[in-house]
Amino acid sequence: MTDVSTRIDEIVKKSDIVLFMKGTALFPQCGFSSRAVAILDHLGVAFETVDVLQDPEIRNGIKDYSDWPTIPQLYVKGEFVGGSDIMMEMFEAGELQQLLTEKQVAKA
Amino acid sequence: MPMPAGEIESLIREGIPDARVEIIDLAGDGDHYEARVVAESFRGQPRVKQHQRVYQALGGRMGNELHALKLSTAVPE
Repeated sequence: MTDVSTRIDEIVKKSDIVLFMKGTALFPQCGFSSRAVAILDHLGVAFETVDVLQDPEIRNGIKDYSDWPTIPQLYVKGEFVGGSDIMMEMFEAGELQQLLTEKQVAKA
Repeated sequence: MPMPAGEIESLIREGIPDARVEIIDLAGDGDHYEARVVAESFRGQPRVKQHQRVYQALGGRMGNELHALKLSTAVPE
């Protein structure tokens, strides 16, 4: 593993839910990131965010780490779940709620 | 850098030959698109995998020339 993927590995394993995004939960800098935050807020779960705009190494490294070309990216218990479109599709189908229950992620 | 809708469609078709592709220009600026991709070969694949196949078909353009693509995938009814 490269240094950056080791760093990412540590980040996604440290918290139950991690969202790599542009901007912060309070001030998202992109519509897709904003939508991802809104979904997690709506689910009422605690989550960590990583602002990739503040960290070019992570911004590039995360794309290789997950083989996924875009930001935001959601990780639950260290596992890549998807980007904002997948989050929305899963949320609407009730699958995201189900995943969090299965993974025993507690409500905030 | 805008990208014409037809180019997105043909790239996806090349990469996923059985795909039915619908491209919607969301903002009319050639830069914000929605793509709906329906393919029998998606059957049994998790959503992440389906989306990854579309991104692979776009060959690295996603996140570069192609800034905003709202993607949804499905198997035929």
